[in-house]
Order: sequence, then structure tokens, then C-alpha cells
Amino acid sequence: MRLQYPTNIRIIRTPCTGKLEVEYFMRAFENGADGVLVAGCEEGSCHFIEGNFMAKRRVNYARGILAEAGFEEERLRMINIGAADARRFVEAVTDMIETVRKLGPNPVRTARPNTARKQEIHT
Amino acid sequence: MIVAERKRIPELVDILQGYKKILVLGCGTCVTVCLAGGEREVSIISSALRISSTVKGLGLEIEELTIERQCDNVFIEAAADAIQRNDAVLSLGCGAGVQAIAERYTEKPVYAGLNTAFLGILEERGIWTEKCAACGDCVLHKFGGICPVTRCAKHMLNGPCGGSREERCEVRPDRPCAWQLIYQRLKSIGQLDRLNAIEPPKNWEPSLSGGCRGIVREDHRI
Repeated sequence: MRLQYPTNIRIIRTPCTGKLEVEYFMRAFENGADGVLVAGCEEGSCHFIEGNFMAKRRVNYARGILAEAGFEEERLRMINIGAADARRFVEAVTDMIETVRKLGPNPVRTARPNTARKQEIHT
Repeated sequence: MIVAERKRIPELVDILQGYKKILVLGCGTCVTVCLAGGEREVSIISSALRISSTVKGLGLEIEELTIERQCDNVFIEAAADAIQRNDAVLSLGCGAGVQAIAERYTEKPVYAGLNTAFLGILEERGIWTEKCAACGDCVLHKFGGICPVTRCAKHMLNGPCGGSREERCEVRPDRPCAWQLIYQRLKSIGQLDRLNAIEPPKNWEPSLSGGCRGIVREDHRI
């Protein structure tokens, strides 16, 4: 199965979504990320028993604090997906890209000329 | 330990209005353990303040630092340089920590980033409950180690009140009846006869009746 997903995302691998901390999400947005999609294993199939549930709670907490800060919480989303479920992965990524596109660039990045320039060079 | 919880970001932004350079100062003791004001929370709150500042165009410059203990002069020293180079300090310590910093740096505005809630313990992951009211005249030995002053919603010393339902408090149904706990505990340690004693009115003098309290240990004074 050869499926194409949007090329404007960066995959960051972690041993388990339970490894993710709230500050990772905060720093990602602070550093200019337009969106963060956390892809955890399906509920009930975590190798570490409850890593994906921990991630879910942390994502929800981070969304709350982002909303408090006046930042669009929709830029952070978690999905649960099997490692072999390529079709759903493509759909989820495409949907996330669409959400972010509607929201526009991260306001933190656009407000900081230096950061914005750095991003342009990378792309 | 002292248990606290963070203030919401809009309130913090409001508190910090008028300042540009802010030091978010964490404390590595009680508030680290209750996940309110340690290094990790300093990082999260600082990020949120930076994001909020950029979104609203406030131009805040946030510096992060966590010291071992804010309520102790020996450790406060480690924050001296950072405090001096910022316009204001947002302390994520408990109320004692905030005041210790403010007393030490009289020229620097120091603000509380947390609401200090109570003296308590971690009941289970993510749940803290109050166990001690710091009343200054401990009666735990009479009640099997369960404090009726703190844990009975009516602070009854000669309970139970008779209103509990299925071992739950009638004021706070999500809490167990303290007097039910006292009964079970005294029974299990073979001291049920303690319940026959009438407890006289409590001496509240060592509590907050005369303003803030202090302890002097002559043997430790220089």
C-alpha cells in the first residue's frame, strides 16, 4: 500500500505517547509550530498499559492552558491509531493540516519576525 | 506538605500588567511535590505567559528559575541575580515563599502565581486532600490519628453529628465521615473506650485568634 500524506509535517518519534509532557506541547507552539498531532496507540493496546491514556489527559490539560493563554487549542489534537492503519493515519494528518490551514499560521511565529524568517529559510 | 494550585493565565496576565521583564520563580519543595510550582510548572506557566504575551502584544520577557526552597533565606540567595535583573517576580511558591522573597527584596514587586490551599497529602495520583488545619493544639492522639478539626465538616470534637449517610459526610458526600473513620480506627487499635470521654471546648488560642503565630526556640538562638 503506497499512500501519500502531506509533506509539510515533521514526524517526531517517541517510545510511547506517555513520554510526552505538557511542556513539550507548550514549547512546540512557543517555538512556532502551527499544529501538533499526537498519534497514540489505540485505547487498550498500549504496550506500557496506560501511556496513551496519560497522553490523552496531558493533551487535554495543555489544550486548556493554551486556551487560557488566548491561543487556538484546536492546533493541538490527539488521535488513537493502530501502527498498521496507514489509511486512517493519512486521513488524520490531512484533516489536521486542513484545520491548521483554516486557522492560519501560528500567531506566535508571525508575531516574531526572527522566528518567521528562520522558518522561511527551512522551507 | 503544603498543597497549592496554579492561578489561571488571564489572572496572571492581569497581575503582571505594567511589567516587561518577569522572573517566574519556582520552589523545589512542597509545591513541586503537589505539581503546582516546581521546575516543570515554571516551564509550562512561562510558556503560556509567553504565548499569551505574543498573542496579545504585551511584550513580556519571561525568565525561568526554580530554587530549592523559597521559604528559606539560605536558598533564596541563589535567585538574587535573577531577581535583580527583572522588573517583577512571579513566585510559584506557597504563600510563605512569596512573602519570604518579598521580605528579602524590599525594592522588588513579588506576586503570587499560586493559590495556597491547605496542608495535606497525596491521596492517589492527581488527588490531594487536606489533613491538618495547623490549629496549634494537636488532638490527634485522642481520635486514633484522624483529625476531627480538619476532616469533620462541622469540626465536631464530640461526634458524630448523626447526619452521615452510608459512612459519607452529609455536608460533603464525596468525603468519608471523619467520625466514622475515627470509630473504625479506634476499634481496630482497641481504644474504643476513648469515645466515652467528653472532649471539653477546644483551646483556639494557639490558632489564628491572635494574628500570625511564631515559635521561639531559645536553645537554637544565637
